[in-house]
Amino acid sequence: MVMEIKFDKVTADYQLGPIRSPRVLESVDLLLETGSFTAVIGHTGSGKSSLLKAMNGLLLPREGKITVGDSVIESEKSKKAFKKVRKQVGMVFQFPESQLFAETIEQDICFGPLNFGVPLKEAKEIALHALEQVGLDPGIRYKSPFSLSGGQKRRVAIAGILAMRPEVLVLDEPGAGLDPKGKSEIMSLITSWHNDNQLTTVLVTHDMEDVATYAEDVIVMNKGKIVVHDRVRNLFANQNVVEKWGLDVPEARRMQLMIERETGVTLPSVCLTTDELADALMEVGLV
Amino acid sequence: MNKLILGRYFPGESWVHQLDPRAKIVAAVYFIFVLFLANNWQTYVLLWAFTFIAMRYSQVPIRIYLRGVRPLLYLILFTVFLQILFTAGGKIYFEWGPIVISEYGLINGFYIFCRFVMIIFVSTVVTLTTKPIDLTDGINALLKPLRKMKVPVDEIALMLSISLRFIPNLLDETQKVMDAQRARGTEFGEGSLLKQMKTLVPIFLPLFVSSLNRAEEMANVMEVRGYQSGATRSSFRQLYWKHRDSVCLCVMITLTLGLLWLRNEGLFH
Ligand SMILES: Nc1ncnc2c1ncn2[C@@H]1O[C@H](COP(=O)(O)OP(=O)(O)OP(=O)(O)O)[C@@H](O)[C@H]1O
Ligand SMILES: [Mg+2]
Repeated sequence: MVMEIKFDKVTADYQLGPIRSPRVLESVDLLLETGSFTAVIGHTGSGKSSLLKAMNGLLLPREGKITVGDSVIESEKSKKAFKKVRKQVGMVFQFPESQLFAETIEQDICFGPLNFGVPLKEAKEIALHALEQVGLDPGIRYKSPFSLSGGQKRRVAIAGILAMRPEVLVLDEPGAGLDPKGKSEIMSLITSWHNDNQLTTVLVTHDMEDVATYAEDVIVMNKGKIVVHDRVRNLFANQNVVEKWGLDVPEARRMQLMIERETGVTLPSVCLTTDELADALMEVGLV
Repeated sequence: MNKLILGRYFPGESWVHQLDPRAKIVAAVYFIFVLFLANNWQTYVLLWAFTFIAMRYSQVPIRIYLRGVRPLLYLILFTVFLQILFTAGGKIYFEWGPIVISEYGLINGFYIFCRFVMIIFVSTVVTLTTKPIDLTDGINALLKPLRKMKVPVDEIALMLSISLRFIPNLLDETQKVMDAQRARGTEFGEGSLLKQMKTLVPIFLPLFVSSLNRAEEMANVMEVRGYQSGATRSSFRQLYWKHRDSVCLCVMITLTLGLLWLRNEGLFH
């Protein structure tokens, strides 16, 4: 199934009471291919979350249009498209645990599927499966979601999105506020879900290690514009671009640059992970 | 949700913005009382003129005031409707069983409508041109005399300022939760009334939970920082009564005199 996401000169802002905010997306052109895993980075307030909301019809373009699969979001009138787009695009918000509301965990996870017309019995099976997927014991499904720990709540919330069986998964800093172990567990969960279901995945993150480890493509945003859209390796290979936008580089890449400066030896490839760095060092005989 | 303008501040430097919050609050409350002096069309014209001048001087676009009336429109129309039905006198235009539409009914209905809209406009002038924090300072200052009667004025003001402080947070959070549930397929404002009411549960529950959590955190933080109720404290922000504040009160007195005069004028007709 083709699930491209395409932005055509999209400009958007928020209407805030009496005051209209400045543009948060400014003539954004973007093409995300089916099955790609893209990380979105950029400084705080650069419009990353807004970009994700636009993909889900939650932030409407003032100019331009957004195409998700075969639905087009243009304005308020694209109402018909919303439901379809929201079923296809599963969106995990920042701190998604704040959206939990139901009496039991099972009911909460079933909420999405039921809204999209899945029969109750089937929804319950999906919920059970989703709980296993996020690494929780299915036995807790009759407990209240409010009785869980922060990390467990996060998993339940993510399960609630996965249960909608989206074809596109967009996540806004899913690891924020979790301990390193919880974070890497959630990240590998997302990666395996991405691979098993051939999803198109978009991930907003502040952590360059995540970008290096999990993503194939990367988008850099600045003041509502996409300033870089490239393969992850190409971005980190180009130190000029990295410095121009004030980005961090992954630990291994920083180490590589340091070694190259100290020894004067140029390693054969751009290393994004410690394993790659070790291999490259062995190749040139530095270790 | 973002269309709600109650309790929002519209930044500006206008004459009205610069008034002392005490003057503005007194003037607005006073205005509501003087409204009841109006009894004929001349007095209403005068009151409307006052309202419009106040709105103009605030330098806030008129459409923003109109937006403030919109959410209350049905309530106003309902009241006006009752007024029309239950006031008798004058010419009768329509009669069907107990339902009578009379001349006096229509006139009264129109007056009631004017009163409502003017009250909303004038109070919106105050809330749009005064920072919430100044508003509570003003209320605190005005309630001070009640302290002698053992009314916990400071606590009331603190409660007010905390609530006002968290209105924007609550609105933001409502927006966030609504977005999150919409992403899970909820559609607001569609289907039967019962269905629409059901869609509110996934919104309000998370909001209640987070509000309760926040209240508890807030209480703890205040305690840790040594807050004690009943302690005397001084204020960082001071209110200064200026020349223009006296002018404002003079305008109110002039308005009253004008109303009293026009009111009696009316009696002769
Ligand atoms: N609901 C909203 N109403 C009004 N303005 C908003 C709203 N949400 C975001 N903005 C504004 O839009 C701009 C972009 O915000 P956005 O949340 O997309 O940034 P971000 O890149 O996700 O930042 P962060 O890394 O902090 O999450 C900011 O200037 C912000 O002030
Ligand atoms: Mg964000």
